[in-house]
Amino acid sequence: MFTPHTKHDVEVMLNSIGVGKIEDLFQEIPEQFRYPDLNLAPRLTEMETAGQLESIAAANATTKDLLSFLGAGAYDHYIPAAVDNLLQRGEFYTAYTPYQPEISQGTLQAIFEFQTLICKLTGMDVSNASHYDGATAAAEAVILAYGNFRNKRKKVLVSRAVNPQYRQVIRTYMQADSSLKIVGDEIETGIAPDMQKFIDQIDHDTALVIVQYPDFFGRIIDYTQLIETAHQFGALVAVAVNPTALGMLTPPGDIGADIAFGEGQPLGIPLSYGGPYLGFFAVKNALLRKLAGRLVGETTDVEGKLAYVLTLTAREQHIRREKASSNICSNQGLMTLAATIYMSLLGKHGLQQVANLCYQKAHYTADQLSGISGFSLVDETTPFFHEFVVKCDEPVEEVLEHLLQHNILGGYNLGHDYPELENHLMLAVTEKISREDIEYLSAVLQEENHG
Amino acid sequence: MAEPTIFDLSVAGRTGVTFPEPDVPETALPKGFLREKLQLPEMSELEVVRHFTSISQKNYAIDLGFYPLGSCTMKYNPKINEVVSRLPGFAATHPLQPIDTVQGNLFLMYSLQEMLKEIAGFAAVTLQPAAGAQGELVGTLIIHKYHQERGDHQRTRMLIPDSAHGTNPASSAMLGFEVVPLPSDERGNVDIAALKELCDDRLAGLMFTNPNTLGLFDENVCEVVDIVHKAGGLVYGDGANMNALLGVFRPGDVGIDILHFNLHKTFSTPHGGGGPGSGPVAVQQHLVDYLPDPIVGIIDEGDEETAPLYGFIHPEKSIGRIKSFYGHFGMHIRAYTYIAMLGQEGLRDVAEIAVLNANYLQEKLKDTFTLPYDRPCMHEFVLEGYWKDVPDIHALDIAKRLMDYDFHPPTNYFPLIVHEALMIEPTETETKETLDRFVDAMRKIAEEARTNPELLHNAPHNTPVRRADELKAAKDLVLCCYVGDDWPGVQE
Amino acid sequence: MLVPENLKYQKTDEWVKVENGIATIGITDFAQDSLSDVVFVEFEVDVDDEIKVGDSMATIESVKAAAEVVFPVSGKVIEVNQTLIDTPEVLNESPYEEGWLVKVQVTDESELDKLMDAPAYDAYCQER
Repeated sequence: MFTPHTKHDVEVMLNSIGVGKIEDLFQEIPEQFRYPDLNLAPRLTEMETAGQLESIAAANATTKDLLSFLGAGAYDHYIPAAVDNLLQRGEFYTAYTPYQPEISQGTLQAIFEFQTLICKLTGMDVSNASHYDGATAAAEAVILAYGNFRNKRKKVLVSRAVNPQYRQVIRTYMQADSSLKIVGDEIETGIAPDMQKFIDQIDHDTALVIVQYPDFFGRIIDYTQLIETAHQFGALVAVAVNPTALGMLTPPGDIGADIAFGEGQPLGIPLSYGGPYLGFFAVKNALLRKLAGRLVGETTDVEGKLAYVLTLTAREQHIRREKASSNICSNQGLMTLAATIYMSLLGKHGLQQVANLCYQKAHYTADQLSGISGFSLVDETTPFFHEFVVKCDEPVEEVLEHLLQHNILGGYNLGHDYPELENHLMLAVTEKISREDIEYLSAVLQEENHG
Repeated sequence: MAEPTIFDLSVAGRTGVTFPEPDVPETALPKGFLREKLQLPEMSELEVVRHFTSISQKNYAIDLGFYPLGSCTMKYNPKINEVVSRLPGFAATHPLQPIDTVQGNLFLMYSLQEMLKEIAGFAAVTLQPAAGAQGELVGTLIIHKYHQERGDHQRTRMLIPDSAHGTNPASSAMLGFEVVPLPSDERGNVDIAALKELCDDRLAGLMFTNPNTLGLFDENVCEVVDIVHKAGGLVYGDGANMNALLGVFRPGDVGIDILHFNLHKTFSTPHGGGGPGSGPVAVQQHLVDYLPDPIVGIIDEGDEETAPLYGFIHPEKSIGRIKSFYGHFGMHIRAYTYIAMLGQEGLRDVAEIAVLNANYLQEKLKDTFTLPYDRPCMHEFVLEGYWKDVPDIHALDIAKRLMDYDFHPPTNYFPLIVHEALMIEPTETETKETLDRFVDAMRKIAEEARTNPELLHNAPHNTPVRRADELKAAKDLVLCCYVGDDWPGVQE
Repeated sequence: MLVPENLKYQKTDEWVKVENGIATIGITDFAQDSLSDVVFVEFEVDVDDEIKVGDSMATIESVKAAAEVVFPVSGKVIEVNQTLIDTPEVLNESPYEEGWLVKVQVTDESELDKLMDAPAYDAYCQER
């Protein structure tokens, strides 16, 4: 199937090596452990495998079968056909890391363009070629900031309104260093943590402050004062951003963020049950040398022709080994390509349109829901983007079950991550949701309420 | 000609895709939060398609030719993988859906965990790590937590062979381990005497790549594991080179405690121009409780009438979550598909042909190039890209000249313990004709090195660009495209 | 390759010169030559930091390599050569003069006895 040799080929090759049979090449493996019997299903042909995978896939209910209001870190946006069509070019997806620039200009130029798009979108100066996802990008922000102060500042302040998975991953990554304190998110504050109390925790021992924009609950918060205070104490500020929202909102770079990062999945990457996605990561010039991960730069070749190369590689693990600040040795190559093509296709107008559609439809949905008795908008004053929280009089599980019976994925049960938000449901609304869909949701919820 | 960037191609007023007008009553936008300018390219769909098609043609790729990049296992990526992973049944599922709506996904992940356990001989597997390097991080986190839980706070030293990949020491250092280099002996194995000397109650573990980066199977594997265990340490297996061992040898059988896989090497998921990878981690029974949270398991066995219910298990002493959601699910589908198509018989065939191909090349090239460790290799081998009679020629020149013969160069300057290393991994999917053409090219280059060295020094000659000025790239940093009037250079 | 007589040397290729209790420290000609074109210098210490032998002083990056510079003597940092941040190439052009890295108020001059003199360092470089 995938091994091409004929019997004759094998004989000729063994002869030239000077052994009688292939097994002879494995003599150095301890004999009692050689050729174990594996309990695996018998091999299948491609036709059979395709059939099997189709039936496994058919056991799922998808966001195409169901009307989905699920978000909470992964969003169902429309992906133009050209994105995946171009990704399927073998020249892109069967290439490896562009270590040989002479024969990797395609990948290198795409990353260079990705870096530029991320800088323009976030208002930052320098973007790397990506981290694994939003959560690991958050952990990398902590590593960067901690290293920036040579591990002397021992406090990282993270808002409770930052994606819970990001906060978990930060703690996993940093668990070996017991002197580093990750604080700020412990007190059960519901969806509206007290900003002043949070700001008051910033001090001279603070290396980094992490907030999210829009926050995990979809709210658009003004961080100007927080960033000013952090900078007065010499601390860095990292802002986790939703890239779609940046089609509309002031970018983090403009409000003084030192680091902007986020989950790039909304930029043309399918939900695919949680991965692969991409973590984008950009900094101001002052932090350029602290940036982990790959970077592509422009130069010229021996004939003076424009060329792209991986640059500042002396920071990376293959050269620094144990002195490297991060062990990352890949980027989300193909996913950054998807995001680059997506942003090129949508361009300025397309992304503005998508952001506006999300915003408008989410507000219409919130408006509809708040008119149903038994459901109330939790925060009626803070502006929000495309995600919002409603409080239910009944247990969320029952509401979700009722909706699912009507083919609706009703949203995310915040009680999973926030004990204080037990009856709280979070809904995300993208451009794919129509007015009809919203009114259907509303009708089913009315029915739930009266049924 | 240099391809313009998407920003050069941008013309104000164009767009590649349009969306419907809002069908709901409009809400006022949030005052004070609106951005003033958004500098994204403005292009028609065809312009976008032509641009990316055009730059794709400046890449070398497995689909175009032989890619013997050592340690990277650049094997054929079956097309069926791409088809099944895009089935809407998989691609259009949200990671936070109720588990009873995604039993297909969970069944697939559970089955892949079972397959990987069986292939490598371990008790449990997590699919969460995003890449091999993150698998290593999981491994070192587990080693750290294991010793902490046992009160062995003094176990702070990680032994790392001098032939190891740079991620090994980098991953260890992230956990605060002291990295202690372990020398290799003259056969390329771990130096047993040196190992014994370093094994005391400060030992946390050993990061062990077997076959190692020289492509050699460590003949003393059982003894190495035994010595580390007796000293109270754990053995981490770097599974980067598992392609040589499929169906032939299971690292778990000799007591390796933890092992990561690279689905993008061994199990045919595409390299994607540098990612996404996928780095599942397998552990022995005594470490199962430390796995990242969550892993997939059967949460209700079911009975004759009802199928088992798959869901998430939260290991008791878990090191915690290491990425969003459950890993690179799209890669899990591809690896599952590949293993289903191979079965035990096919997996063994993969390892055997990979090793046969490498030994064939090694045999054919060892008269022309210095082979520092002359013994049967596994799936790859390392030559010296240097001859004493032409000291001006370096491994880099040979690598670059290979491009003129339409081959991707081998890995060069790694492993660090071989002078001017050229690390060659042919993989099992290449024909004998391809290998013979490669041998011819390598011999021809060796001849050119003597007769016309300038050909090598100035190589490559026929590529989209030629040797690039890396000093200039690092000194006059330009990390963004020219956009309008904005100067893209970095001002520090 | 230059190995000035009046300096002391460390195995990791740093030189040190002590005058009136002040040590000036840099990297040797051998070190700059094996790194090739230096593109970046990052200091790991600030003025007033108390440091001891073996502590990390700076990291020097060239296109393809990175080297850690460590202190050959203990004491207190009194000056850091900030001009190298903008003109790292000075390390290649003048490793023993303009390319000095850090000045230290030395606490224990006897530590110098453990360092190599010029002939010993020269021989050590020849071996490599």
